[in-house]
Amino acid sequence: MVDAPKLIEARGISKQFGGVEVLSDIDLDLHAGEIHALIGENGAGKSTFVKILAGVHTPTRGSIKMNGDAVNVTSPIAAQELGIALIHQEPVSFPDLSVAENIVMGRKGGGLLSRVPWATIIADARRYMDMLGVSIDVTRPMHGLSIANQQMVEIARALASDSRLIIMDEPTAPLTPREVDTLFAIARQLRDEGRTIIFISHRLEEVRMLCDRLTIFRDGSHIATQTVASIPEDEIIRLMIGRELKKYMRKHTASIGETALEVSGLTLPGAFEDISFTLRKGEIMGLGGLVGAGRTDVARALFGIEPAKSGKIKVGGRDAKIQRPPDAIDLGLAFVPEDRAGHGIFGTLPVEHNITAAIPGKIAPSGVISRALERGFSRKSVDDLSIRLASLNQPIVELSGGNQQKAILARWLLTEPEVLILDEPTRGIDIGVKAEFYDMIGDLAEAGRAILLISSELPELLSLCDRILVMAEGRITAEIPRDEANQEKVMQAAVPRSGIAA
Amino acid sequence: MNLVRNILFRREAGILVMIVLFCIAVGLYKPQFLTGQSLRIILLLTPLIMIGAMAQMLVLVGRHVDLSIGSMLGFSAMVVGLMYREFPDLWWVIGFPIAIATGAVLGIFNGLLVTIFKLPSIIVTLGTLSLYRGLTFIISDARQINRSDIPSELKLMSRTSPVFDIPWIILIAFGIALMTYVIARHTQLGRQIYALGSNPEAAPLRGIDVTKVTLVVFALSGALSGLAGILYASRWGFVNPSNTGAGFEFQVIAAVVIGGVSINGGVGTVMGTVLGVLLLGCVAAALPLLGIPGSTQNAIYGSVILIALLIDRSVRQRGAASISRGGA
Repeated sequence: MVDAPKLIEARGISKQFGGVEVLSDIDLDLHAGEIHALIGENGAGKSTFVKILAGVHTPTRGSIKMNGDAVNVTSPIAAQELGIALIHQEPVSFPDLSVAENIVMGRKGGGLLSRVPWATIIADARRYMDMLGVSIDVTRPMHGLSIANQQMVEIARALASDSRLIIMDEPTAPLTPREVDTLFAIARQLRDEGRTIIFISHRLEEVRMLCDRLTIFRDGSHIATQTVASIPEDEIIRLMIGRELKKYMRKHTASIGETALEVSGLTLPGAFEDISFTLRKGEIMGLGGLVGAGRTDVARALFGIEPAKSGKIKVGGRDAKIQRPPDAIDLGLAFVPEDRAGHGIFGTLPVEHNITAAIPGKIAPSGVISRALERGFSRKSVDDLSIRLASLNQPIVELSGGNQQKAILARWLLTEPEVLILDEPTRGIDIGVKAEFYDMIGDLAEAGRAILLISSELPELLSLCDRILVMAEGRITAEIPRDEANQEKVMQAAVPRSGIAA
Repeated sequence: MNLVRNILFRREAGILVMIVLFCIAVGLYKPQFLTGQSLRIILLLTPLIMIGAMAQMLVLVGRHVDLSIGSMLGFSAMVVGLMYREFPDLWWVIGFPIAIATGAVLGIFNGLLVTIFKLPSIIVTLGTLSLYRGLTFIISDARQINRSDIPSELKLMSRTSPVFDIPWIILIAFGIALMTYVIARHTQLGRQIYALGSNPEAAPLRGIDVTKVTLVVFALSGALSGLAGILYASRWGFVNPSNTGAGFEFQVIAAVVIGGVSINGGVGTVMGTVLGVLLLGCVAAALPLLGIPGSTQNAIYGSVILIALLIDRSVRQRGAASISRGGA
């Protein structure tokens, strides 16, 4: 392997987004004719790195050589001309165009007025789909295809591009075992033709089955590159998480009371299956796992955004039927979503309207909004949570991420919820505000609220939670009490090992 | 089964049915509506809208909109009209390349504002709608180009015919429709416009030169508006700085949307657009025949557009439901 010709030599690749360094000084060599795994926790920088190779992002610093020559991958078009194809984690497709067009769109050659060779395009598309063992009509539009089939179209596109470097960013997540087998067979065939494949996956057994070498990223840095055969699994996991547990959180000491929320056999096919747990007053229960394990789907189901198909929910000991978010709010549930910009804030509206958005009845007892009540509620929230702002009239987008998040938490606290669901509450907010958040969460539990905390940050789960449930592939794979919880245990349970897609 | 379903639920079939039902309904009341003579009237009402609609279809498919087409039409017509008035000895056919080039320049200006400054096309073209109209007043000194200044050969294009008694102006409109069909369906440009409109975020990732495609689309919109401008001079025999092309964007966008082009981009066919134009033409031809006074025609015209859209929407939703029940 040492003497294998190098296809790619990346040196000192760094990338900053808005002042935050997400990749620092990555050196990586890729050989011709190898399948190279890229692994690491969520946010380790894997996707950013491959997007740099594919010209989607330009690096802040660093250089890339291809076959010994320095190259500038400044755009996806440039990458394509160099023979680099990226299969995106989320299928990137044109929903209104046919499957065949999606496979060939953007293929180089031909001016704008050159003819579209329909017959060849359709024949080629059929050939690649047959190769992948997928029987769909290539002339049908892309929209309406299952995620798995969309993924197969993405893969067909990469095959059709005849590239020397094919990057697969978590390609197997939506696929069935048989589709995974086909994909692996094709990947091996491509390798034997001398092409290079980068394979990103959270499934270690897939890495072991398919890949020749692996590279581990952590917190934007290159940690190790080794042959897959020479490194044991627990060593991989240790290198992936490897950091010290941060000690900035206090242990919370609320007394745990009666059951607030009881869930049994909750199932939404394709998202999660057979989810059962109880959550008590004053308890902070963590929900850990990798992105895509189905944690957010469970939260959304509990809040009635996309209700589960079967299973039972009891709130405060009584059977609850939650079909829409207002049902959940009436029952005393509150949900601070993960995607703050998309689902949380009303960006252009003033902070005070954002804070009072969930309590229309309280600020308008007579049906007309009382400015005094509105002002009073929002003023008190701002003081209680020490939200930093210039004015209550300020559009909320002007606040920092942490203060936006506090305003949303304030909104839900005003509903006086019994059960508070927090989905990645500290994502993208700076460390000082984070610490305030942890204090707040502890205070809320002490005040007798039941808290379900979804988090991908292990230190957060380990130090805040009384209990941690871990999900993988839509199922609960472990329930770990506080005194037994450690990083290895959570990680072991979070890494999918079945190869069976949820 | 698939074939039957495809034909039944094709948007085009729905519009065709609407046209037929509308004509029968009007025909029952006024039988002369169903004669060749009134078909000729309908067709003569449509060529300018048809040409504008072809351009607008490409613009909407690319997830943009061009509101300035009426003003580009007016400006181009005025440039050509001034040329005819000031240089009566020039060969009249020169007016065509001049009008098309003038429109293309205005269209490219729209396109540059949209691509370089990343401004929304609805705002850019709302601005140039007013700007180009204002320029038309300035270059014409707010005076009309009169009938006597327009070459008679040009005016005759709206009446005389090379084949089957179909006037030149109608043949040109259908020629443009055919050209647009070829662009949309059989060129890289066409497919890239659809791709861009279908998913603007994905387009650059897939190696589409978004700036170039967008510029070409706006240039085409301008060029075809310019062509419509000189044909306006042919059809009506005058160019007026305030009337010529006013409200054109409303008729064109209505026709295109009735024809099934999605304002969300990525969806639309030339056939549907042609039918949308014809449906509007039928309505425009029927209103005076039914003795509807001019004062209420606008309201009825607008209502028909809304009704057509509502019917179409409900048909399409049922179609989509039945397809998904079929388990695609």
